[in-house]
Amino acid sequence: MNQTNLGTSAPNTWCPGCGNFSILNGIKSVLNELKDNACPLENVVIVTGIGCHAKIADYLNVNSFYAIHGRTVPVAEGIKIAKPELKVICFAGDGDAYGEGLEHLVFAAKRNIDITVVVHNNRSYSLTAFQYSPTSPLGFKGRSTPRGSIEAPINPLELMLASKATFLGRGTSRGLPLLTSLFREAIMHRGFALIDVLQVCVTFNNLYEYYAKKVYELENHDPKNPSAALTKIQEWDYNSDDQIPLGIFYRREEATFEEKFVPSRVDVQERDNKIKQFLSNSI
Amino acid sequence: MEDFSVLIGGKAGFGIDKATSILGRLLNQSGYRIHIYRDYPSLIRGGHTFSIIRSAQTKIAAHRNKIDVLLALNKETIDLHRTRLGEGALAIYDSEAIKELALPEQTQMLDVPIGKIVKEENAHEVMRNTCMIGAFSKACGIKKEVLERVITANFPKEAQLNLKIAQRGFAAARSLNPIAPVAAEPLPLISGSEAIGLGLIEGGLQDYVAYPMTPTTPLLHFLAEQADHFSLKVIHPESELGVILMALGFAYAGEKVAVGTSGGGFCLMTESMSLSGMSEVPVVIILGQRPGPSTGLPTYSGQTDLHFALNAGQGEFIRFVVAPGDLEESYCWSAHALRLAWKYQIPAVILTDKNLSEGIGNFDMPPAGEIQEDPSYLWDGEAPYKRYEETKTGISPIAVPPRKGAVIKVNSYEHDEFGITTEDIVVTKKMQDKRLRKGRYLLEELKNLRTVNTYGDVNRPTALLCWGSNKGVCMEVAQKLGLKVVQPIVLSPFPDDAFGKALRGVKKLIAVENNATGQLAGLIKAFGIIVDETILKYDGRPFAADELEMRVKETIT
Repeated sequence: MNQTNLGTSAPNTWCPGCGNFSILNGIKSVLNELKDNACPLENVVIVTGIGCHAKIADYLNVNSFYAIHGRTVPVAEGIKIAKPELKVICFAGDGDAYGEGLEHLVFAAKRNIDITVVVHNNRSYSLTAFQYSPTSPLGFKGRSTPRGSIEAPINPLELMLASKATFLGRGTSRGLPLLTSLFREAIMHRGFALIDVLQVCVTFNNLYEYYAKKVYELENHDPKNPSAALTKIQEWDYNSDDQIPLGIFYRREEATFEEKFVPSRVDVQERDNKIKQFLSNSI
Repeated sequence: MEDFSVLIGGKAGFGIDKATSILGRLLNQSGYRIHIYRDYPSLIRGGHTFSIIRSAQTKIAAHRNKIDVLLALNKETIDLHRTRLGEGALAIYDSEAIKELALPEQTQMLDVPIGKIVKEENAHEVMRNTCMIGAFSKACGIKKEVLERVITANFPKEAQLNLKIAQRGFAAARSLNPIAPVAAEPLPLISGSEAIGLGLIEGGLQDYVAYPMTPTTPLLHFLAEQADHFSLKVIHPESELGVILMALGFAYAGEKVAVGTSGGGFCLMTESMSLSGMSEVPVVIILGQRPGPSTGLPTYSGQTDLHFALNAGQGEFIRFVVAPGDLEESYCWSAHALRLAWKYQIPAVILTDKNLSEGIGNFDMPPAGEIQEDPSYLWDGEAPYKRYEETKTGISPIAVPPRKGAVIKVNSYEHDEFGITTEDIVVTKKMQDKRLRKGRYLLEELKNLRTVNTYGDVNRPTALLCWGSNKGVCMEVAQKLGLKVVQPIVLSPFPDDAFGKALRGVKKLIAVENNATGQLAGLIKAFGIIVDETILKYDGRPFAADELEMRVKETIT
């Protein structure tokens, strides 16, 4: 396999030990693996939000749309509908995907549009200097909640299952082989795929030790079974101290949104004739 | 009758829209030029909805308050509109539904047992319209064969029954106010929404994305209806946030796209309008203004968002803003907006309102071949590809994925020529200069187009200044009173050169606007031009020709 570095000239400004490096390395190795058969590099488009995660657009030498906070998903949908041959991958933060832009995620899942969403879920807002996020535990002491947050987190995978997502997985930023395999499976999945990555922010919310004690990989789990998926997804609610399962929770084949559209083709002569015809019918 | 207005009214659910369209076509096919004003409240059933169908021998683009024929299917229609009846006017009413009526003395009355006829034919109550149309045709001298042709062509369902009921209405009436014969060839009768939609299609539209919001909902309906025919993808996503972002995705992937909304939806779009400005991913936004603020009057008309369109979005970036004044301008400038947005890689706003979008009139222009695509902004394949390459004009070549040999990076963050994020002092300034430079070349190119119109008696020292849908009414009043009209069509970048020329010789400038603060008057102040008077109307209703004539007279005498 001809390895491409996939790097750019941009200096990397993530903190040493940041969980984002695993995501960057994982995606690089998957794109390298896929480029000679399933997906040439020029067919890859990544879309990012705003936050530390978004710098991945600068660090990966592929087509990219560095969008705005919370808004990766609809941009990705437009790109995919226009050009179904593209592999469109969103990288978003937890504040981004589960907070500001949550509505888009629900609707993309509902449509089963064939895009992949990788959520860098460090369970805090870090680039804005540490506040609680939609997946921070109750009582989280961030700088906007110095006495502890008074709301419990959402379980994004449970929400996505209810929203009819057809591929759901979870990985961590320590455990590159699993992460890489999740990325590969999600990208190759035909339909809406979301990978929640428990990505560690070493500076503000260092959960490396905590996750090391809690996570385990799913075994003997049938991802085609929705009730088994729900049970496993509900095992940890992002708030409790329960064990945290990792792997593919749910996978199902369904018709995708973009395949329902006929590609636009514009024949100038034909178009002009049709306009004339419409007008003459309007007399 | 030579220049006359017909009002038809009733409850929502009576089928007033359909009846309006048929009355318009009947008069159109009788050789008249037509303008239709529609008035309806924001509800699904009940309320009072009405249309005024005005017909004249020359092209018109405004309604009048005075009416010549009142078609009443219920008593409320008579009560609400009897003061509009001019001397010798005619009222046709359903004598089964209206037992007592108080009308001005000079009014001619024609009672037709419409309810009874419909019942005898075992037809649905909504067909009272068809019967009324038949009676109107007889009373006003529309040829029976025209009536039969129009009814048959416009009722794909139950054509025979409708025809029968129309014929019975015709037979039950008598000739009272015959229209003068005219020999003009009929012209297409379309709405502003249709003109905008066709213009976008002519400009190369491939996708339309919108969340329904009056007054641009009919454009969504029209394009959705026509999607297969014109090979369009029409999508209605979760919100206006989703709408414009999806559109930017389409544009990044190389498709020409437009979105439509009204003020509230446009509020949600502003962050992405700014994203469009920064990332240089183009989009066309059709903004149907309403009387505001906030929900305002959802189904009524206003020119309230000129400054909002000019200033929406954080930061400083080039935008194209155009306010077409009639159907032909809606068509042409929608096509131009799409072409210019793509060439200059900027957001473009087409300002409309209910008066223009939902008004119906005659479309009089050769429909095609106006817009030449300019492929000069496409990447020629010369490596390395730089999405934001510095050029003389500021326009960087576009490449579209998948493209071998090009890594296409667009960015909302300040960026270098490759699209990589930067906070560098020199690059930041250089890139902002590059983006703003496009505005100068756009303004230069606009000199080849008619960005400011003048009409009426162009040598007169008194001029009406208007924009958007007030064009038609101002032209008519100016013609009658011997005044000049100045109408800027492009509002950003403002064509101050052409505007200055249009104002030559004007001693008294009167701004006519459908808003409370005189927004165009405010805009031109920045160019050192102060209007002498303003005639403002902000009750949600557009100016009627007779109403504006009176207000202009008060101002000039």
